[in-house]
Amino acid sequence: MSNTTADSNTTADSKSDEQELGAASSQLSTAPQEEAPGLPALGVIGWFRWFWRQLTSMRVALLLLFLLSLGAIPGSLIPQSGTDETKVADFMQRHDFLGPIYDKLGLFHVYSSVWFSSIYILLFVSLIGCIVPRTWQFVGQLRGRPPGAPRRLTRLPAYTTWRTETEPEQVREAALVLLRKRRFRAHLAGDAVAAEKGYLREVGNLAFHIALIVMLTAFAWGQLYKSEGNKLILEGDGFSNTLTQYDDFKSGTLFDTDDLDPFSFTLKDFKGTYEESGPNRGTPRTYEADVNYSVGAYGKDEKTTIKVNEPLVIGDSKVYLTAHGYAPVITVRDGKGKVVYSQPVALLPLDSNVTSSGAIKVMDGYRNAKGVEEQLGFQAFFLPTYVPGNEIASQFPALDNPVLNLIGYHGDLGVNAGIPQSVYQLDKSHMKVFKDAKGKEVRENLKPGETMTLPNGAGSITYEGTQEWANFQVTRQPASGWALGGAIVAIFGLAGSLFIQRRRVWVRAVRGSDGVTVVELGGLGRSESAKVPEELGDLAGILYDQTSPVSASDTPDPTAVPAEGAEK
Amino acid sequence: MSALATATTLAAATNENLANISNTLIYSAMAVYTLAFFTYIAEWTFGSRSKISRTAAALTAKPAGAAGAAGAKAPEVTVKKAGGTAVLERPKVVVRAAAGARDVPDGPGAHGGDEQGDLYGRIAVSLTVVAFLVEFAGVLARALSVQRAPWGNMYEFNLTFSTTAVGVYLVFLALKKDIRWLGLPLVTSVLLDLGLAVTVLYTASDQLVPALHSYWLYIHVSTAILCGAVFYVGAVATILYLFKDSYENKLASGGKPGTFATSVMERLPASASLDKFSYRVNAAVFPLWTFTIIAGAIWAGDAWGRYWGWDPKETWAFITWVAYATYLHARATAGWKGRKAAYIALIAFACFLFNYYGVNIFVSGKHSYAGV
Ligand code: HEM
Repeated sequence: MSNTTADSNTTADSKSDEQELGAASSQLSTAPQEEAPGLPALGVIGWFRWFWRQLTSMRVALLLLFLLSLGAIPGSLIPQSGTDETKVADFMQRHDFLGPIYDKLGLFHVYSSVWFSSIYILLFVSLIGCIVPRTWQFVGQLRGRPPGAPRRLTRLPAYTTWRTETEPEQVREAALVLLRKRRFRAHLAGDAVAAEKGYLREVGNLAFHIALIVMLTAFAWGQLYKSEGNKLILEGDGFSNTLTQYDDFKSGTLFDTDDLDPFSFTLKDFKGTYEESGPNRGTPRTYEADVNYSVGAYGKDEKTTIKVNEPLVIGDSKVYLTAHGYAPVITVRDGKGKVVYSQPVALLPLDSNVTSSGAIKVMDGYRNAKGVEEQLGFQAFFLPTYVPGNEIASQFPALDNPVLNLIGYHGDLGVNAGIPQSVYQLDKSHMKVFKDAKGKEVRENLKPGETMTLPNGAGSITYEGTQEWANFQVTRQPASGWALGGAIVAIFGLAGSLFIQRRRVWVRAVRGSDGVTVVELGGLGRSESAKVPEELGDLAGILYDQTSPVSASDTPDPTAVPAEGAEK
Repeated sequence: MSALATATTLAAATNENLANISNTLIYSAMAVYTLAFFTYIAEWTFGSRSKISRTAAALTAKPAGAAGAAGAKAPEVTVKKAGGTAVLERPKVVVRAAAGARDVPDGPGAHGGDEQGDLYGRIAVSLTVVAFLVEFAGVLARALSVQRAPWGNMYEFNLTFSTTAVGVYLVFLALKKDIRWLGLPLVTSVLLDLGLAVTVLYTASDQLVPALHSYWLYIHVSTAILCGAVFYVGAVATILYLFKDSYENKLASGGKPGTFATSVMERLPASASLDKFSYRVNAAVFPLWTFTIIAGAIWAGDAWGRYWGWDPKETWAFITWVAYATYLHARATAGWKGRKAAYIALIAFACFLFNYYGVNIFVSGKHSYAGV
């Protein structure tokens, strides 16, 4: 590695000056030196070396960072299958031409696409390729000593000088003591003291870049081993954390069912409160689910409350409250009055006032008036707060005036065909709607406790009352502790890297031709900063007070005006 | 039941009162900002009477290269004659511009050394302080009326954002930083921001949906707003740097800029100072911006079950972060310092703005609480 940084290249100065300053500012940072993107040497190894050098140069790191931010954009504008599958399907339907092209380019899953992955993998290879040599270089700098003073301190960004009667050796000694007290690493080199401070900047910078690697690794680990499942639970019902109990379940590629934390819980009560008045009437104020849970096969029952921002944490798993709705309790009787169906039916909320819809499916046990086995289906439409005149939408999310609207069908539900069906929808292709004597379809609004009679002795359906349900999402994202740890280190590293200035100070004291000691101070920062001259002035002031003044007649040019900027 | 209902109605009434007070205060603040705007204009106008041209002098008088050497040979100790006896002052530090950089003095500021201009400048700053206090009171009243932090929707965001930006400017002034030149562009954009807020974005006071109830929200959003305000100050300085740099380049290459450009540019700080200022400002908040994103991730972990899900708002926060990281890298990469890095800084700020306006308005995602 050459010992110059790009910062110190000057055009006007003479060659030797340049070299000398270069040495003074050498190793003030561990940034990789810039090379012209020349042609590679011949041979495979030559090419590899060339490629590696390019990849780990600041220029390419810059380019990759730029590409990374550019590449992240499409994923925020185009629907992503990871977040919203239906939107992707919708997009595909509406765009015959663009859809397939986007699909080919992986634009529906940008963040796991080949091209996005290659950008960040290249970036992180570059990062590792950059950190390792920088760390060694830094260790070398810690072992070594700050370089000796350049011949002409006047060339440095900050400079000051004065003359004193004090012996040069004494001045140097005082400077050494002062600088060490100010926590500089200082040593005597020839006629000058060389000192350096601010190594923590480099430590911070390296820690930051290493923390980035830790964060990415933790993130990738989490993606590979994560799992996420949903479960709708009625008040009073329970759930135990096994694969079969979930309504739906997604997991990372390396996930194993043994990874599921063993626990179970029962939903005791769900409470929702809503804004009662004002422009935002109906806006939810609180959602709370009271649960009893136990960990492991024989764990003891404990009570807790799960709220929207406060998941229940068990091991690596977190149980979130994600949605809630209503489940009217339904009883269906056949023509003879025999109960053939009796249970709560969870309905799907359609809007923020929890207008809900769903299906009631009586699959077996029912015989019609003629004694023939049939299936029944009811399309249910539910308004928790019905206000007369507003038939199609609930006016408030709470159960203020619940009304259940039902239309009945009989025939074949099609559930035996083996094709999975939504529990919230009826397949009416083999069903006939119940009609009254005038040929009108039977449809009624029921209040709790009311019964709708089906025509021609087909039986009845009763709306007994209403239960609430809550939907829980159980997620497991391993290594999130590592991600958090990495993030914290990254912030502190960054702060160190950006707020600490690495700088050098040289103090030269020599006897002038007239026998008076000339003291010179020069300061150099890694980057130009107002703090360097400020600190130098401070140091010079203290040192100046420790040296005995020369008589006024000795001072050159009394009309001297100091350069601007010294006191800013 | 009825007692409770009465209490609620009473509370609602006071809330409505507070909301009305808040609206009145915001309109008053806009009026005072408008006054400040005209006073800053007066400062610039009076300032144009003085014909300073330090930049031109520095760049055209001597051939490049001579300046550095002269500076370096600057004298060492100043002597003041006090009552016949010479008193030695402490040694003064001589500062040299970085090798190869232009050594150009800073302009005197908008007033251009003109006394009347300076007076108007001071009045403008006082008016800005008054407007800031009134606006702050307005935001406070709004917060009290909704009984939560004042950033539940874009209207409130805009109020809090502009209050913070002006606050940052005033803090810089209080710290004796020489940035009065920022006053006019700042007050102009604050007026635009508030105008947009009261006309397009206005939302009556409302409550937060449960997902927004978390103390991480307070941390995440308040730091985001602070970062935005500081990034904004950095961006304005960056734009001025680009103008000033062009101006200096033109002078250095023997060109003759127009009278208006000369009049304005001569009064601004040197391009190197503007560049340094914007770098410092951007670099100083970058760790806070990093923290903001992490706080957001923690909050998302609590609210949605995953700390990172490439939601549009998250994605744009990430893009903004990477863009600023690119900017910081560019400053450390040969061939990318100066104008190129400045362009990257502006792109990064554009990303921040898009995340704030664009994503709220055009893109739907989990963060759709914008109230538009
Ligand atoms: C994930 C990608 C990266 C991010 C987000 C990132 C971010 C940053 C940031 C914010 C800084 C500013 C700190 C400062 O100026 O002191 C910085 C500095 C630095 N980065 Fe990176 N970096 C990344 C990758 C890399 C790579 C691949 C390299 C190697 C070529 C690299 C080398 C450096 C160096 C040498 C500095 C210090 C520059 C100086 O001395 O001022 N970084 N990085």
